[in-house]
Amino acid sequence: MLTGTDLRRALLIGLWFMFLTFPLLAIKVNPIEQTVTWRWANMLWVGGATTVIALACRFLQARQAARQERIRLGLEPPPATWNFALLREPRFALPLLGATAVFLLAFPALFSSYQVNIMITALMYVVLGLGLNIVVGVAGLLDLGYVAFYAVGAYAYGLLHLHFDWGFWTVLPIGGLLGALFGLLLGFPVLRLRGDYLAIVTLGFGEIIRLILENWSEFSQGPSGIANIARPGFFGFELSMEESLVYLYYLMIGMALFTVFVVNRLQNSRIGRAWFALREDEIACQAMGIDKTRTKLTAFALGATWAGMAGVFFAAKTTFINPASFTFLESAIILCIVVLGGMGSIVGVIAGALLLILLPEYLRAVAEYRMLVFGAILVVMMILRPQGLVAPMRQTYTPPR
Amino acid sequence: MDPLLTVSGLTMDFGGIRALDHVHLHLVQGEIFALIGPNGAGKTTLFNCLTGVYTPSGGDVLLKPPGQIPQRLNGLKPNRITEKGVARTFQNIRLFPNMSTLENVMIGRHCRSRAQVFGAIFRTPATVCEEKAIVGTSLALLERVGLAEHAHVLAKNLPYGAQRRLEIARALATEPLLLLLDEPAAGMNPRETVELEELISSINGDGLTILLIEHDMRLVMRLSDHIFVMDYGRKIAEGTPEQIRHNPEVIKAYLGEGTDHA
Repeated sequence: MLTGTDLRRALLIGLWFMFLTFPLLAIKVNPIEQTVTWRWANMLWVGGATTVIALACRFLQARQAARQERIRLGLEPPPATWNFALLREPRFALPLLGATAVFLLAFPALFSSYQVNIMITALMYVVLGLGLNIVVGVAGLLDLGYVAFYAVGAYAYGLLHLHFDWGFWTVLPIGGLLGALFGLLLGFPVLRLRGDYLAIVTLGFGEIIRLILENWSEFSQGPSGIANIARPGFFGFELSMEESLVYLYYLMIGMALFTVFVVNRLQNSRIGRAWFALREDEIACQAMGIDKTRTKLTAFALGATWAGMAGVFFAAKTTFINPASFTFLESAIILCIVVLGGMGSIVGVIAGALLLILLPEYLRAVAEYRMLVFGAILVVMMILRPQGLVAPMRQTYTPPR
Repeated sequence: MDPLLTVSGLTMDFGGIRALDHVHLHLVQGEIFALIGPNGAGKTTLFNCLTGVYTPSGGDVLLKPPGQIPQRLNGLKPNRITEKGVARTFQNIRLFPNMSTLENVMIGRHCRSRAQVFGAIFRTPATVCEEKAIVGTSLALLERVGLAEHAHVLAKNLPYGAQRRLEIARALATEPLLLLLDEPAAGMNPRETVELEELISSINGDGLTILLIEHDMRLVMRLSDHIFVMDYGRKIAEGTPEQIRHNPEVIKAYLGEGTDHA
């Protein structure tokens, strides 16, 4: 099944990887003793392993192709296809939903507070992902500065608490509103931009907000940040660290559910359809009577609202914020969540957020290599499923009776 | 004969190139008008000026809905013009490929419906009612163009002729007074062309005024009540199909200078 060409190609791939990883894995410089260790054994391992993996991939590919051919010729029955639509049927969907709900509710009782902490972060990214999904996934406007709105929300709580001693519940809606306002603020100048140009301007916007927070010390206390932000209150009761974490966890679950509910309704409405149409074809969209300006601005504003609220949660969770939490890397991770999960798919974005946030945490077991593994998983995903984990499902309409 | 659309002295310059040169058109209510001319004559540019894709450099476009005062269309945004009652299709099909056939038509209903963010989130009775009406009207329109059984197919998976008809249905969903069709029969086989001709006649039968750009002369001659001929950005002739057929200017524009003069 495997020809000489395959073997040669696999060897080439092995050599290529040896070349690529040479500076990192072969050379070890010790700057104190000023010696260089050459670790040739590592090279051999890398070369050998990649060659074997390449051969295995090729072998599997060939076998797959051969089977397809046999199916085409009618020598073999086609395999039963695993259908995701099956999961939507009530008899599967209901127990699955029930089990998930029970698991999520019992989570703080079952796991340590460390795990609960990670889960809260993951849920925050679910909200962020769903918000960005409106802008990028649904309306097709590539926004690389989304973290700016997250920062706006976090600093809204931080500053209002610092100066006026406002509580979490008062600031939560304000954070959302401020997010929307900044969404509009970003939206106006970029109305005429598309694609790469839009991405660059939004990237700049994100950096501007971060730099302002870093340098305008009188306003934001600069890089030293704002400390001692209050955790959410629970009807005036005093909560211990542990309890307030669990409380925050449940609040976050509520917040995520609320986001899913609202985003889902928005997507399946007249406005949601207009967003989809805008993504598909801007000119046709206008010719059909859709106000491009308005549609874009609502997408920016409604997307940013969620980041604003998630920011308030972030400030309440960490009780300390500084500009270092709102770098471009954050925007990139949120964008990864949307793209990896499946643009425009709510279930996909949730899955993407959980995967991207939980995976690096649990990969700590393989410590040094976790980022490598993380990158590899992203690359493999993009090759195997470029449409994302879960392809978006459009609502179907039934004729009214 | 009520005038519906009056185009006077419409001029469009692209840098130093004059794509439209003082074009005058007069469209009356309820008839089918055709716009013909060699490639590059400025037909699609005229469409783009009428629908707001381009802002004309000069001249006026006035729309007079029955029983209302004339309104100026030039300078308005495309979506405002659609709201006023001028809908169009595109020469190179511009559907929303990853949306279903039905959704494509539902988009056309956008400017005739009102639900806002609040209604969308809380599903107020008014919104639910409006959504039902949108689905109902859209399905009826699909029925009309013969695409009802493909309602849930993605637009990109429709056969070519069906995509053309879907564009017409989508334009009709905006409840236009005037429908602009940009080469609706381009790339169609003879049978599809006949079906299209019937569709256009039936739409016109409902009192809709139609202006179409078309290269299929047999279709133009059979369908239209009145023909405008353009060449080099100018209107060189107009009249009934019979008059146009024998107009020496038109023959010259299409075939070049007659050889018998040489």
